Amino acid sequence: MPIENIIFYAFLGLTGLSALFILMSKNILYSAFALIATFIGMAGIFVLLGAEFVAITQILVYVGGVLILMVFGIMLTNRLSQAKVETEVYNKFFGILISAGLFYILAKAIEMADFANMGWMKNTPSAPSSVRDLGMKIMTDYVLVFEVIGILLLLALIGAVRIAGNTREEGIDAT
Amino acid sequence: MPLNTILLLGAALFCIGLAVVVTRKNAIAVLIGIELMLNAANLNLVAFSRFDAIELQGQIFALFVITVAAAEAAVALAIVIKVYQHFQTANLDKINELKG
Repeated sequence: MPIENIIFYAFLGLTGLSALFILMSKNILYSAFALIATFIGMAGIFVLLGAEFVAITQILVYVGGVLILMVFGIMLTNRLSQAKVETEVYNKFFGILISAGLFYILAKAIEMADFANMGWMKNTPSAPSSVRDLGMKIMTDYVLVFEVIGILLLLALIGAVRIAGNTREEGIDAT
Repeated sequence: MPLNTILLLGAALFCIGLAVVVTRKNAIAVLIGIELMLNAANLNLVAFSRFDAIELQGQIFALFVITVAAAEAAVALAIVIKVYQHFQTANLDKINELKG
């Protein structure tokens, strides 16, 4: 077994096990930390798939940004005098049943579709892509989408500050 | 790295995310599940992008998904914090009043 495959399966196991831990754990803070492990494992898989830039973005945005926001959210929405930040679990049987059924359907579909042996899959050269190509593509063919997504992010962040901040009067008749 | 293994991992992550969304009562735990589902979609996009080394559409779309997910997380957490300030709870079952 080549070393690349060993690393791939190690990242695969990290991702799958920490995702299962999120499902099992009742503690929200532990779930958030397990989500970090999931994202790091997925970034490793992205690197092995030849998508280095997506992997770096994944770590920067998710581990550096979104997860910190999540931990802040947990801190601000729980009384710190509580011993544990635990969530209640309900619909356990039907939730697990529905998701297991969906997984069965998806796995069956993936197995039946057999993408890896499709004609156009085999004929395409799976050449390693480079970050340079990706940058050229984004800045030429997809530049409009790039700008639009930048404006969307700006609007969303301004909106988030506006919603969460104490800058506006709460409606008096709300109480 | 067989393609089917990666696709199965993506399906498993999506289903785990769905189960987390359905079974948790805390709003932030639900958000964690949504992030898992978005990432499962990303995994599929990047996996297929390996067979598209010239156009790289999968990787570019994955980048856009990451950006939208970050925006979503920011707005959702802002709403959760505001709701907590108003109702003094983040339990989704207890937030059942539209007015007041």
